[in-house]
Amino acid sequence: MIVNPLTKNIDMTRPPLEISGYESNDGYQSIKNIAKGMTSTDVLQKTKDSGLKGRGGAGFPTGLKWSFVPQGEDSPKQKYFVVNADEMEPGTFKDRLLMEGDPHLLIEGIIIGSFAIQADTAYIFLRGEYKVAERALRKAIDEARERGFLGKNILDTGFNLDIIVHTSAGRYICGEETALLNALEGKRANPRSKPPFPQVSGLWGKPTIVNNVETICNLPGIFTYGIDWYQSLTKGKDHGTKLFGISGKVKNPGCWELPLGITIRELLEDYGGGMQEGLDLRGFLPGGGSTDFMLPEHLDLKFDYDDIAQAGSRLATGTMILLDNETCPVGMIGNLMRFFSHESCGFCTPCRDGLPWVVAIFDEFCKGQGTRKDLEILHEHVEYMGPGRTFCALAPGATAPLGSGLRYFAEDFEKLIKE
Amino acid sequence: MSGNLIASTARKARKLTEEEVHEIEHEMELYPDKKAVGLEALKIVQKHQGWVSDESMQAISKFLEIPVSDLESVATFFNLVYRQPVGENVILFCNSVSCWVMGCESIKSHINEKLGIDFGQTSEDGKFTFLPVPCLGDCDKAPVMMVGDDLHRNLTHDKIDELILTYRKSKQVE
Repeated sequence: MIVNPLTKNIDMTRPPLEISGYESNDGYQSIKNIAKGMTSTDVLQKTKDSGLKGRGGAGFPTGLKWSFVPQGEDSPKQKYFVVNADEMEPGTFKDRLLMEGDPHLLIEGIIIGSFAIQADTAYIFLRGEYKVAERALRKAIDEARERGFLGKNILDTGFNLDIIVHTSAGRYICGEETALLNALEGKRANPRSKPPFPQVSGLWGKPTIVNNVETICNLPGIFTYGIDWYQSLTKGKDHGTKLFGISGKVKNPGCWELPLGITIRELLEDYGGGMQEGLDLRGFLPGGGSTDFMLPEHLDLKFDYDDIAQAGSRLATGTMILLDNETCPVGMIGNLMRFFSHESCGFCTPCRDGLPWVVAIFDEFCKGQGTRKDLEILHEHVEYMGPGRTFCALAPGATAPLGSGLRYFAEDFEKLIKE
Repeated sequence: MSGNLIASTARKARKLTEEEVHEIEHEMELYPDKKAVGLEALKIVQKHQGWVSDESMQAISKFLEIPVSDLESVATFFNLVYRQPVGENVILFCNSVSCWVMGCESIKSHINEKLGIDFGQTSEDGKFTFLPVPCLGDCDKAPVMMVGDDLHRNLTHDKIDELILTYRKSKQVE
Protein backbone atom coordinates (compact mmCIF):
# COMPACT_ATOMS: atom_id res chain seq x y z
CA MET A 1 0.00 0.00 0.00
CA ILE A 2 1.20 3.49 -0.83
CA VAL A 3 1.73 5.41 2.41
CA ASN A 4 3.42 8.51 1.01
CA PRO A 5 1.29 9.62 -1.95
CA LEU A 6 2.68 13.17 -1.96
CA THR A 7 6.36 12.29 -1.99
CA LYS A 8 6.53 8.78 -3.49
CA ASN A 9 8.32 10.10 -6.59
CA ILE A 10 10.52 12.62 -4.83
CA ASP A 11 14.25 12.09 -4.62
CA MET A 12 16.04 15.41 -4.41
CA THR A 13 19.37 13.87 -5.43
CA ARG A 14 18.09 13.59 -9.02
CA PRO A 15 15.89 15.75 -11.27
CA PRO A 16 12.12 15.16 -11.00
CA LEU A 17 10.58 12.28 -12.97
CA GLU A 18 9.76 13.02 -16.59
CA ILE A 19 6.27 12.16 -17.74
CA SER A 20 7.08 8.58 -18.83
CA GLY A 21 8.59 7.69 -15.47
CA TYR A 22 5.77 9.49 -13.69
CA GLU A 23 3.08 7.63 -15.65
CA SER A 24 4.69 4.27 -15.02
CA ASN A 25 4.25 4.88 -11.29
CA ASP A 26 0.42 5.34 -11.55
CA GLY A 27 0.86 8.92 -12.74
CA TYR A 28 -2.19 10.49 -14.47
CA GLN A 29 -4.15 7.33 -13.59
CA SER A 30 -6.68 9.54 -11.80
CA ILE A 31 -7.38 11.44 -15.03
CA LYS A 32 -7.86 8.18 -16.89
CA ASN A 33 -10.25 7.00 -14.15
CA ILE A 34 -12.25 10.22 -14.31
CA ALA A 35 -12.35 10.05 -18.13
CA LYS A 36 -14.08 6.66 -17.90
CA GLY A 37 -17.32 8.50 -17.21
CA MET A 38 -17.24 10.51 -13.99
CA THR A 39 -19.08 13.83 -14.11
CA SER A 40 -17.82 17.01 -12.48
CA THR A 41 -20.49 16.49 -9.80
CA ASP A 42 -19.08 13.02 -9.10
CA VAL A 43 -15.59 14.47 -8.72
CA LEU A 44 -16.84 17.18 -6.38
CA GLN A 45 -18.78 14.66 -4.27
CA LYS A 46 -15.84 12.29 -4.01
CA THR A 47 -13.56 15.12 -2.89
CA LYS A 48 -16.11 16.08 -0.23
CA ASP A 49 -16.40 12.46 0.90
CA SER A 50 -12.63 12.08 1.16
CA GLY A 51 -12.51 14.62 4.00
CA LEU A 52 -9.62 16.54 2.46
CA LYS A 53 -8.97 19.87 4.18
CA GLY A 54 -6.90 22.74 2.80
CA ARG A 55 -3.19 22.54 3.54
CA GLY A 56 -2.39 26.21 2.98
CA GLY A 57 -3.16 27.42 6.48
CA ALA A 58 -6.87 27.82 7.06
CA GLY A 59 -7.80 24.13 6.89
CA PHE A 60 -11.13 24.64 5.13
CA PRO A 61 -12.73 21.48 3.63
CA THR A 62 -11.74 21.44 -0.03
CA GLY A 63 -14.90 19.83 -1.47
CA LEU A 64 -17.10 22.27 0.43
CA LYS A 65 -15.11 25.22 -0.94
CA TRP A 66 -15.58 23.90 -4.49
CA SER A 67 -19.31 23.45 -3.95
CA PHE A 68 -19.76 27.23 -3.61
CA VAL A 69 -18.88 27.70 -7.27
CA PRO A 70 -22.15 28.28 -9.13
CA GLN A 71 -22.83 25.57 -11.69
CA GLY A 72 -25.54 24.95 -14.28
CA GLU A 73 -27.05 26.81 -17.19
CA ASP A 74 -27.24 30.30 -15.66
CA SER A 75 -23.80 30.27 -14.07
CA PRO A 76 -20.99 32.25 -15.73
CA LYS A 77 -19.40 30.06 -18.38
CA GLN A 78 -15.88 31.24 -17.59
CA LYS A 79 -14.48 29.89 -14.34
CA TYR A 80 -10.90 29.87 -13.07
CA PHE A 81 -8.82 27.48 -11.02
CA VAL A 82 -5.88 29.14 -9.30
CA VAL A 83 -2.99 27.48 -7.51
CA ASN A 84 -1.59 29.36 -4.56
CA ALA A 85 2.12 28.59 -4.92
CA ASP A 86 3.27 31.82 -3.29
CA GLU A 87 4.86 30.06 -0.33
CA MET A 88 6.20 32.76 1.96
CA GLU A 89 4.91 31.96 5.44
CA PRO A 90 7.91 32.29 7.75
CA GLY A 91 9.34 28.85 8.48
CA THR A 92 7.40 27.10 5.72
CA PHE A 93 9.21 25.09 3.07
CA LYS A 94 6.86 22.32 1.92
CA ASP A 95 5.40 23.49 -1.38
CA ARG A 96 8.91 24.11 -2.68
CA LEU A 97 9.65 20.41 -2.13
CA LEU A 98 6.51 19.29 -3.96
CA MET A 99 7.05 21.53 -6.98
CA GLU A 100 10.78 20.96 -7.33
CA GLY A 101 10.51 17.26 -6.55
CA ASP A 102 7.45 16.09 -8.48
CA PRO A 103 5.84 18.80 -10.65
CA HIS A 104 3.58 16.35 -12.50
CA LEU A 105 1.71 15.55 -9.28
CA LEU A 106 0.62 19.18 -9.03
CA ILE A 107 -0.35 19.28 -12.72
CA GLU A 108 -2.42 16.10 -12.29
CA GLY A 109 -4.16 17.62 -9.25
CA ILE A 110 -4.88 20.84 -11.11
CA ILE A 111 -6.62 18.89 -13.88
CA ILE A 112 -8.86 17.18 -11.30
CA GLY A 113 -9.73 20.44 -9.50
CA SER A 114 -10.36 22.34 -12.73
CA PHE A 115 -12.59 19.55 -14.02
CA ALA A 116 -14.59 19.54 -10.78
CA ILE A 117 -15.47 23.22 -11.10
CA GLN A 118 -15.39 23.16 -14.93
CA ALA A 119 -12.66 25.77 -15.31
CA ASP A 120 -10.92 25.80 -18.67
CA THR A 121 -8.04 27.97 -17.49
CA ALA A 122 -5.80 27.46 -14.47
CA TYR A 123 -3.13 29.84 -13.23
CA ILE A 124 -0.24 28.76 -11.04
CA PHE A 125 0.62 31.82 -8.94
CA LEU A 126 4.23 31.04 -8.20
CA ARG A 127 6.75 32.82 -6.00
CA GLY A 128 9.18 34.71 -8.20
CA GLU A 129 12.13 33.42 -6.18
CA TYR A 130 11.23 29.77 -6.88
CA LYS A 131 13.26 29.55 -10.10
CA VAL A 132 13.87 25.81 -9.95
CA ALA A 133 10.18 25.12 -9.40
CA GLU A 134 9.30 27.42 -12.31
CA ARG A 135 11.50 25.51 -14.74
CA ALA A 136 10.22 22.15 -13.46
CA LEU A 137 6.57 23.20 -13.78
CA ARG A 138 6.93 24.68 -17.27
CA LYS A 139 8.59 21.50 -18.48
CA ALA A 140 5.93 19.29 -16.87
CA ILE A 141 3.13 21.36 -18.42
CA ASP A 142 4.68 20.98 -21.89
CA GLU A 143 5.03 17.23 -21.41
CA ALA A 144 1.45 16.88 -20.17
CA ARG A 145 0.18 18.88 -23.13
CA GLU A 146 2.07 16.67 -25.56
CA ARG A 147 0.57 13.55 -23.99
CA GLY A 148 -2.97 14.98 -24.25
CA PHE A 149 -3.62 15.56 -20.53
CA LEU A 150 -3.88 19.29 -21.23
CA GLY A 151 -5.32 21.18 -24.18
CA LYS A 152 -8.54 20.53 -26.05
CA ASN A 153 -10.86 17.59 -25.39
CA ILE A 154 -8.69 15.89 -22.78
CA LEU A 155 -8.91 12.07 -23.15
CA ASP A 156 -12.12 12.49 -25.19
CA THR A 157 -14.04 13.96 -22.26
CA GLY A 158 -14.88 17.18 -24.09
CA PHE A 159 -13.08 19.02 -21.28
CA ASN A 160 -10.48 21.66 -22.21
CA LEU A 161 -7.78 22.99 -19.93
CA ASP A 162 -4.73 25.22 -20.18
CA ILE A 163 -2.36 25.86 -17.30
CA ILE A 164 -0.51 29.17 -17.17
CA VAL A 165 2.45 29.84 -14.89
CA HIS A 166 2.42 33.34 -13.41
CA THR A 167 5.55 34.29 -11.47
CA SER A 168 5.13 36.91 -8.79
CA ALA A 169 7.68 39.39 -7.51
CA GLY A 170 7.83 38.83 -3.80
CA ARG A 171 5.12 39.99 -1.43
CA TYR A 172 3.79 37.82 1.40
CA ILE A 173 0.34 39.37 1.12
CA CYS A 174 -0.12 37.72 -2.29
CA GLY A 175 -0.64 34.46 -0.43
CA GLU A 176 -3.95 35.89 0.79
CA GLU A 177 -6.36 34.66 -1.84
CA THR A 178 -8.08 37.91 -2.75
CA ALA A 179 -4.77 39.82 -2.79
CA LEU A 180 -3.47 37.07 -5.04
CA LEU A 181 -6.37 37.62 -7.43
CA ASN A 182 -5.73 41.37 -7.54
CA ALA A 183 -2.06 40.66 -8.27
CA LEU A 184 -3.01 38.27 -11.09
CA GLU A 185 -5.22 40.97 -12.56
CA GLY A 186 -2.19 43.26 -12.60
CA LYS A 187 -3.31 45.44 -9.71
CA ARG A 188 -1.62 46.39 -6.48
CA ALA A 189 -2.08 43.34 -4.27
CA ASN A 190 -4.38 44.67 -1.59
CA PRO A 191 -6.86 42.11 -0.24
CA ARG A 192 -10.50 42.56 -1.22
CA SER A 193 -13.44 42.95 1.10
CA LYS A 194 -15.45 39.75 1.46
CA PRO A 195 -18.18 38.92 0.55
CA PRO A 196 -18.35 38.35 -2.34
CA PHE A 197 -16.07 35.36 -1.97
CA PRO A 198 -13.87 34.36 -4.90
CA GLN A 199 -15.89 31.18 -5.43
CA VAL A 200 -18.69 33.42 -6.69
CA SER A 201 -16.80 36.50 -7.91
CA GLY A 202 -13.07 36.06 -8.14
CA LEU A 203 -10.58 36.55 -10.94
CA TRP A 204 -11.94 39.21 -13.34
CA GLY A 205 -15.26 38.81 -11.50
CA LYS A 206 -15.63 35.16 -12.50
CA PRO A 207 -16.13 32.20 -10.15
CA THR A 208 -12.67 31.18 -8.96
CA ILE A 209 -11.18 28.54 -6.71
CA VAL A 210 -7.83 29.20 -5.06
CA ASN A 211 -6.18 26.12 -3.55
CA ASN A 212 -2.77 25.57 -2.00
CA VAL A 213 -0.18 23.40 -3.76
CA GLU A 214 -0.17 20.65 -1.14
CA THR A 215 -3.98 20.49 -1.06
CA ILE A 216 -4.05 19.92 -4.81
CA CYS A 217 -1.32 17.30 -4.58
CA ASN A 218 -3.66 15.22 -2.38
CA LEU A 219 -6.17 14.84 -5.23
CA PRO A 220 -4.40 12.38 -7.57
CA GLY A 221 -4.11 9.78 -4.79
CA ILE A 222 -7.79 10.06 -3.88
CA PHE A 223 -8.85 9.49 -7.50
CA THR A 224 -6.28 6.75 -8.16
CA TYR A 225 -6.44 4.61 -5.03
CA GLY A 226 -9.88 5.57 -3.67
CA ILE A 227 -11.42 6.98 -0.53
CA ASP A 228 -11.01 3.87 1.62
CA TRP A 229 -7.28 3.93 0.99
CA TYR A 230 -7.12 7.69 1.61
CA GLN A 231 -8.96 7.44 4.89
CA SER A 232 -6.74 4.59 6.08
CA LEU A 233 -3.65 6.78 5.92
CA THR A 234 -4.30 8.87 9.00
CA LYS A 235 -3.50 8.22 12.64
CA GLY A 236 -5.89 10.93 13.80
CA LYS A 237 -9.31 12.38 13.03
CA ASP A 238 -8.45 14.22 9.84
CA HIS A 239 -7.66 12.36 6.67
CA GLY A 240 -4.57 11.87 4.60
CA THR A 241 -0.91 12.55 5.01
CA LYS A 242 0.71 15.92 5.57
CA LEU A 243 4.09 17.42 4.91
CA PHE A 244 5.59 18.24 8.29
CA GLY A 245 8.72 20.30 8.66
CA ILE A 246 11.08 21.31 11.42
CA SER A 247 13.44 24.25 11.41
CA GLY A 248 15.49 25.65 14.26
CA LYS A 249 18.13 24.00 16.41
CA VAL A 250 17.37 20.31 16.04
CA LYS A 251 19.94 17.74 14.99
CA ASN A 252 18.21 16.98 11.72
CA PRO A 253 15.98 19.75 10.37
CA GLY A 254 13.88 18.74 7.37
CA CYS A 255 10.49 18.04 5.80
CA TRP A 256 8.74 14.67 5.81
CA GLU A 257 5.41 13.27 4.64
CA LEU A 258 3.68 11.60 7.58
CA PRO A 259 0.14 10.60 8.55
CA LEU A 260 -1.93 13.33 10.18
CA GLY A 261 -2.27 12.53 13.85
CA ILE A 262 1.27 11.43 14.67
CA THR A 263 2.40 13.05 17.90
CA ILE A 264 4.51 16.18 17.87
CA ARG A 265 7.09 14.34 19.97
CA GLU A 266 7.43 11.62 17.31
CA LEU A 267 8.07 14.26 14.68
CA LEU A 268 10.59 16.12 16.81
CA GLU A 269 12.49 13.11 18.15
CA ASP A 270 12.19 10.38 15.52
CA TYR A 271 12.48 12.63 12.47
CA GLY A 272 14.10 15.82 13.73
CA GLY A 273 16.55 13.81 15.83
CA GLY A 274 15.82 15.85 18.95
CA MET A 275 17.38 19.12 20.01
CA GLN A 276 21.05 19.88 19.31
CA GLU A 277 23.50 18.87 22.06
CA GLY A 278 23.17 21.01 25.15
CA LEU A 279 19.93 22.72 24.14
CA ASP A 280 16.41 22.34 25.51
CA LEU A 281 13.13 23.08 23.79
CA ARG A 282 11.35 26.13 25.22
CA GLY A 283 8.50 26.41 22.79
CA PHE A 284 7.53 26.14 19.15
CA LEU A 285 5.30 27.59 16.47
CA PRO A 286 3.52 24.51 15.07
CA GLY A 287 2.56 25.73 11.60
CA GLY A 288 4.57 28.73 10.49
CA GLY A 289 5.00 32.30 11.70
CA SER A 290 1.35 33.15 12.15
CA THR A 291 0.49 30.41 14.63
CA ASP A 292 0.39 30.60 18.43
CA PHE A 293 3.34 29.32 20.43
CA MET A 294 3.04 25.91 22.02
CA LEU A 295 5.14 24.53 24.88
CA PRO A 296 7.06 21.33 25.64
CA GLU A 297 4.04 20.19 27.67
CA HIS A 298 2.14 19.96 24.38
CA LEU A 299 4.55 17.53 22.74
CA ASP A 300 2.34 14.48 23.23
CA LEU A 301 -0.59 16.04 21.39
CA LYS A 302 -1.50 14.72 17.98
CA PHE A 303 -0.38 16.80 15.07
CA ASP A 304 -3.77 17.38 13.44
CA TYR A 305 -6.29 20.19 13.09
CA ASP A 306 -8.39 19.51 16.24
CA ASP A 307 -5.72 18.70 18.80
CA ILE A 308 -3.58 21.66 17.89
CA ALA A 309 -6.65 23.91 18.00
CA GLN A 310 -7.45 22.66 21.50
CA ALA A 311 -4.01 23.78 22.63
CA GLY A 312 -4.90 27.26 21.37
CA SER A 313 -2.89 27.18 18.17
CA ARG A 314 -3.30 26.03 14.56
CA LEU A 315 -1.89 23.21 12.45
CA ALA A 316 -1.71 25.72 9.56
CA THR A 317 1.20 24.78 7.29
CA GLY A 318 2.50 22.01 9.57
CA THR A 319 6.03 23.34 9.51
CA MET A 320 7.33 23.88 13.04
CA ILE A 321 9.80 26.55 14.10
CA LEU A 322 11.58 25.77 17.34
CA LEU A 323 12.59 28.09 20.15
CA ASP A 324 15.48 26.73 22.21
CA ASN A 325 16.56 27.80 25.69
CA GLU A 326 19.48 29.85 24.40
CA THR A 327 17.45 31.89 21.93
CA CYS A 328 15.68 34.98 23.25
CA PRO A 329 11.91 34.65 22.79
CA VAL A 330 11.52 38.44 22.72
CA GLY A 331 14.03 38.66 19.88
CA MET A 332 12.30 35.86 18.02
CA ILE A 333 8.86 37.45 18.30
CA GLY A 334 10.39 40.82 17.39
CA ASN A 335 11.76 39.25 14.22
CA LEU A 336 8.29 37.97 13.33
CA MET A 337 6.73 41.38 14.01
CA ARG A 338 9.29 43.01 11.71
CA PHE A 339 8.36 40.53 8.99
CA PHE A 340 4.63 41.20 9.32
CA SER A 341 5.20 44.95 9.50
CA HIS A 342 7.31 44.89 6.34
CA GLU A 343 4.79 42.71 4.51
CA SER A 344 1.64 44.60 5.50
CA CYS A 345 0.00 45.93 2.33
CA GLY A 346 -0.86 49.10 4.22
CA PHE A 347 -4.57 49.16 3.48
CA CYS A 348 -6.16 48.64 6.92
CA THR A 349 -5.19 51.00 9.73
CA PRO A 350 -4.70 48.50 12.61
CA CYS A 351 -2.18 46.59 10.49
CA ARG A 352 -0.44 49.53 8.77
CA ASP A 353 -0.02 51.58 11.95
CA GLY A 354 -0.14 48.89 14.61
CA LEU A 355 2.65 46.65 13.38
CA PRO A 356 5.35 49.34 13.03
CA TRP A 357 4.45 50.57 16.52
CA VAL A 358 4.83 47.04 17.86
CA VAL A 359 8.20 46.73 16.07
CA ALA A 360 9.41 50.00 17.61
CA ILE A 361 8.52 48.69 21.06
CA PHE A 362 10.33 45.40 20.45
CA ASP A 363 13.42 47.36 19.43
CA GLU A 364 13.36 49.08 22.83
CA PHE A 365 12.86 45.77 24.65
CA CYS A 366 15.76 44.20 22.80
CA LYS A 367 17.98 47.02 24.08
CA GLY A 368 16.72 46.39 27.61
CA GLN A 369 14.85 49.69 27.46
CA GLY A 370 11.24 48.47 27.67
CA THR A 371 8.72 50.13 29.99
CA ARG A 372 5.57 48.92 31.76
CA LYS A 373 3.54 51.16 29.49
CA ASP A 374 5.16 49.52 26.43
CA LEU A 375 4.14 46.12 27.72
CA GLU A 376 0.57 47.34 28.11
CA ILE A 377 0.60 48.70 24.57
CA LEU A 378 1.79 45.32 23.24
CA HIS A 379 -1.08 43.59 25.05
CA GLU A 380 -3.54 46.12 23.62
CA HIS A 381 -2.30 45.46 20.11
CA VAL A 382 -3.12 41.78 20.41
CA GLU A 383 -6.71 42.94 20.51
CA TYR A 384 -6.48 45.95 18.16
CA MET A 385 -4.98 43.89 15.36
CA GLY A 386 -7.10 40.80 16.05
CA PRO A 387 -9.71 39.08 13.87
CA GLY A 388 -12.52 41.21 12.48
CA ARG A 389 -10.66 44.53 12.43
CA THR A 390 -8.96 44.14 9.07
CA PHE A 391 -9.82 42.88 5.57
CA CYS A 392 -7.46 39.91 5.77
CA ALA A 393 -5.67 37.66 8.22
CA LEU A 394 -2.20 39.22 8.11
CA ALA A 395 -2.49 41.31 11.28
CA PRO A 396 -4.55 38.69 13.15
CA GLY A 397 -1.82 36.22 12.12
CA ALA A 398 0.79 38.48 13.68
CA THR A 399 -1.15 38.58 16.94
CA ALA A 400 -0.88 34.78 17.25
CA PRO A 401 2.83 34.61 18.17
CA LEU A 402 2.56 38.04 19.86
CA GLY A 403 -0.32 37.18 22.19
CA SER A 404 0.86 33.68 23.02
CA GLY A 405 4.46 34.88 23.40
CA LEU A 406 3.45 37.61 25.86
CA ARG A 407 1.60 34.98 27.85
CA TYR A 408 4.17 32.17 27.81
CA PHE A 409 7.37 34.20 28.00
CA ALA A 410 6.19 36.98 30.33
CA GLU A 411 9.30 36.74 32.51
CA ASP A 412 11.57 37.31 29.49
CA PHE A 413 9.73 40.54 28.72
CA GLU A 414 9.89 41.53 32.40
CA LYS A 415 13.67 41.11 32.41
CA LEU A 416 14.00 43.61 29.57
CA ILE A 417 12.09 46.36 31.33
CA LYS A 418 14.35 49.15 32.59
CA GLU A 419 13.59 49.89 36.23
CA MET B 1 -3.22 53.40 -29.93
CA SER B 2 -4.48 56.12 -27.65
CA GLY B 3 -1.50 58.29 -28.51
CA ASN B 4 -3.11 61.63 -27.61
CA LEU B 5 -4.03 60.56 -24.14
CA ILE B 6 -0.45 60.20 -23.04
CA ALA B 7 1.20 62.59 -25.44
CA SER B 8 2.48 64.85 -22.65
CA THR B 9 4.56 62.11 -21.09
CA ALA B 10 5.17 59.91 -24.08
CA ARG B 11 8.23 61.78 -25.26
CA LYS B 12 10.10 60.60 -22.21
CA ALA B 13 9.48 56.98 -23.09
CA ARG B 14 12.41 55.00 -24.40
CA LYS B 15 11.88 52.55 -27.20
CA LEU B 16 11.28 48.96 -26.08
CA THR B 17 13.67 46.55 -27.75
CA GLU B 18 12.35 43.97 -30.20
CA GLU B 19 13.09 41.24 -27.69
CA GLU B 20 11.19 43.02 -24.95
CA VAL B 21 8.20 43.60 -27.23
CA HIS B 22 8.25 39.98 -28.33
CA GLU B 23 8.30 38.66 -24.77
CA ILE B 24 5.59 41.04 -23.57
CA GLU B 25 3.38 40.10 -26.53
CA HIS B 26 3.81 36.45 -25.63
CA GLU B 27 2.52 37.17 -22.10
CA MET B 28 -0.42 39.12 -23.53
CA GLU B 29 -1.72 35.93 -25.11
CA LEU B 30 -2.06 34.36 -21.64
CA TYR B 31 -4.34 36.93 -20.02
CA PRO B 32 -7.73 38.34 -21.01
CA ASP B 33 -6.61 41.97 -20.66
CA LYS B 34 -3.49 44.09 -21.02
CA LYS B 35 -3.48 45.40 -17.49
CA ALA B 36 -2.78 41.90 -16.17
CA VAL B 37 0.50 41.87 -18.06
CA GLY B 38 1.84 44.91 -16.19
CA LEU B 39 3.96 43.03 -13.68
CA GLU B 40 5.22 40.59 -16.32
CA ALA B 41 6.21 43.53 -18.53
CA LEU B 42 8.08 45.18 -15.65
CA LYS B 43 9.93 41.94 -15.01
CA ILE B 44 10.76 41.46 -18.68
CA VAL B 45 12.16 44.97 -18.99
CA GLN B 46 14.12 44.52 -15.77
CA LYS B 47 15.58 41.25 -17.03
CA HIS B 48 16.97 43.05 -20.09
CA GLN B 49 17.83 46.45 -18.59
CA GLY B 50 18.78 45.45 -15.05
CA TRP B 51 16.21 47.79 -13.53
CA VAL B 52 13.09 49.78 -14.41
CA SER B 53 13.80 53.43 -15.21
CA ASP B 54 11.21 56.20 -15.57
CA GLU B 55 11.73 55.98 -19.32
CA SER B 56 10.98 52.25 -19.20
CA MET B 57 7.87 52.89 -17.13
CA GLN B 58 6.65 55.32 -19.77
CA ALA B 59 7.42 52.85 -22.52
CA ILE B 60 5.51 50.00 -20.87
CA SER B 61 2.62 52.32 -20.06
CA LYS B 62 2.41 53.38 -23.69
CA PHE B 63 2.74 49.86 -25.01
CA LEU B 64 0.11 48.31 -22.72
CA GLU B 65 -2.10 51.41 -22.75
CA ILE B 66 -2.34 51.54 -18.98
CA PRO B 67 -1.70 54.70 -16.95
CA VAL B 68 1.81 55.02 -15.63
CA SER B 69 0.36 55.63 -12.15
CA ASP B 70 -1.29 52.19 -12.20
CA LEU B 71 1.96 50.64 -13.29
CA GLU B 72 3.84 52.53 -10.59
CA SER B 73 1.43 51.29 -7.93
CA VAL B 74 2.43 47.76 -8.91
CA ALA B 75 6.14 48.49 -9.39
CA THR B 76 6.53 50.07 -5.96
CA PHE B 77 4.58 47.30 -4.27
CA PHE B 78 6.72 44.33 -5.17
CA ASN B 79 10.06 43.57 -3.53
CA LEU B 80 11.64 42.27 -6.73
CA VAL B 81 10.90 45.16 -9.06
CA TYR B 82 13.84 47.57 -8.91
CA ARG B 83 13.13 51.25 -9.59
CA GLN B 84 16.77 52.19 -9.08
CA PRO B 85 19.86 50.71 -10.71
CA VAL B 86 21.18 47.64 -8.91
CA GLY B 87 24.57 45.92 -8.94
CA GLU B 88 25.51 43.05 -11.22
CA ASN B 89 24.53 40.58 -8.49
CA VAL B 90 21.53 41.15 -6.25
CA ILE B 91 21.86 39.42 -2.90
CA LEU B 92 18.44 38.49 -1.54
CA PHE B 93 19.14 37.85 2.09
CA CYS B 94 16.55 35.92 4.11
CA ASN B 95 16.16 37.41 7.57
CA SER B 96 12.90 35.74 8.56
CA VAL B 97 12.37 33.71 11.68
CA SER B 98 14.09 30.37 10.97
CA CYS B 99 17.16 32.06 9.54
CA TRP B 100 17.15 34.43 12.53
CA VAL B 101 17.09 31.53 14.99
CA MET B 102 19.97 29.95 13.06
CA GLY B 103 22.12 33.05 13.31
CA CYS B 104 21.53 35.10 10.15
CA GLU B 105 22.30 38.34 12.02
CA SER B 106 25.93 37.36 12.30
CA ILE B 107 26.05 36.41 8.61
CA LYS B 108 24.48 39.75 7.75
CA SER B 109 27.08 41.68 9.76
CA HIS B 110 29.79 39.73 7.99
CA ILE B 111 28.41 40.73 4.58
CA ASN B 112 28.06 44.34 5.77
CA GLU B 113 31.74 44.32 6.69
CA LYS B 114 33.04 42.47 3.65
CA LEU B 115 31.16 44.55 1.10
CA GLY B 116 30.85 47.77 3.05
CA ILE B 117 27.11 47.97 2.35
CA ASP B 118 23.89 47.61 4.31
CA PHE B 119 20.42 46.65 3.09
CA GLY B 120 19.34 48.75 0.13
CA GLN B 121 22.88 49.69 -0.92
CA THR B 122 25.14 48.79 -3.82
CA SER B 123 28.86 48.14 -3.42
CA GLU B 124 31.28 50.72 -4.82
CA ASP B 125 32.51 48.38 -7.55
CA GLY B 126 28.91 47.94 -8.71
CA LYS B 127 29.12 44.18 -8.23
CA PHE B 128 26.61 43.67 -5.40
CA THR B 129 23.30 45.06 -4.19
CA PHE B 130 22.21 43.82 -0.77
CA LEU B 131 18.48 43.39 -0.07
CA PRO B 132 16.43 41.63 2.60
CA VAL B 133 13.82 39.14 1.40
CA PRO B 134 10.88 37.51 3.20
CA CYS B 135 11.30 33.83 4.16
CA LEU B 136 12.87 32.03 1.18
CA GLY B 137 11.14 28.74 2.03
CA ASP B 138 14.27 26.71 2.60
CA CYS B 139 14.19 26.80 6.37
CA ASP B 140 15.72 23.40 7.11
CA LYS B 141 18.91 24.70 5.48
CA ALA B 142 18.96 28.08 7.23
CA PRO B 143 20.59 30.53 7.04
CA VAL B 144 19.99 30.96 3.31
CA MET B 145 20.22 33.67 0.66
CA MET B 146 19.91 34.02 -3.09
CA VAL B 147 22.42 35.67 -5.37
CA GLY B 148 20.71 36.34 -8.69
CA ASP B 149 18.82 33.13 -9.46
CA ASP B 150 20.99 30.88 -7.31
CA LEU B 151 20.17 29.72 -3.81
CA HIS B 152 22.92 29.33 -1.22
CA ARG B 153 22.26 27.29 1.92
CA ASN B 154 23.69 26.63 5.38
CA LEU B 155 25.62 29.89 5.22
CA THR B 156 28.74 30.43 7.30
CA HIS B 157 31.27 33.28 7.34
CA ASP B 158 33.69 31.15 5.30
CA LYS B 159 31.02 30.36 2.76
CA ILE B 160 30.23 34.05 2.38
CA ASP B 161 33.93 34.81 1.75
CA GLU B 162 34.05 32.14 -0.96
CA LEU B 163 30.84 33.31 -2.60
CA ILE B 164 31.97 36.92 -2.72
CA LEU B 165 35.20 35.88 -4.40
CA THR B 166 33.38 33.74 -6.94
CA TYR B 167 30.79 36.37 -7.82
CA ARG B 168 33.43 39.10 -8.06
CA LYS B 169 35.04 37.06 -10.81
CA SER B 170 31.96 36.11 -12.80
CA LYS B 171 28.50 37.47 -13.31
CA GLN B 172 26.63 34.25 -12.58
CA VAL B 173 27.76 31.01 -10.99
CA GLU B 174 26.82 28.27 -13.40
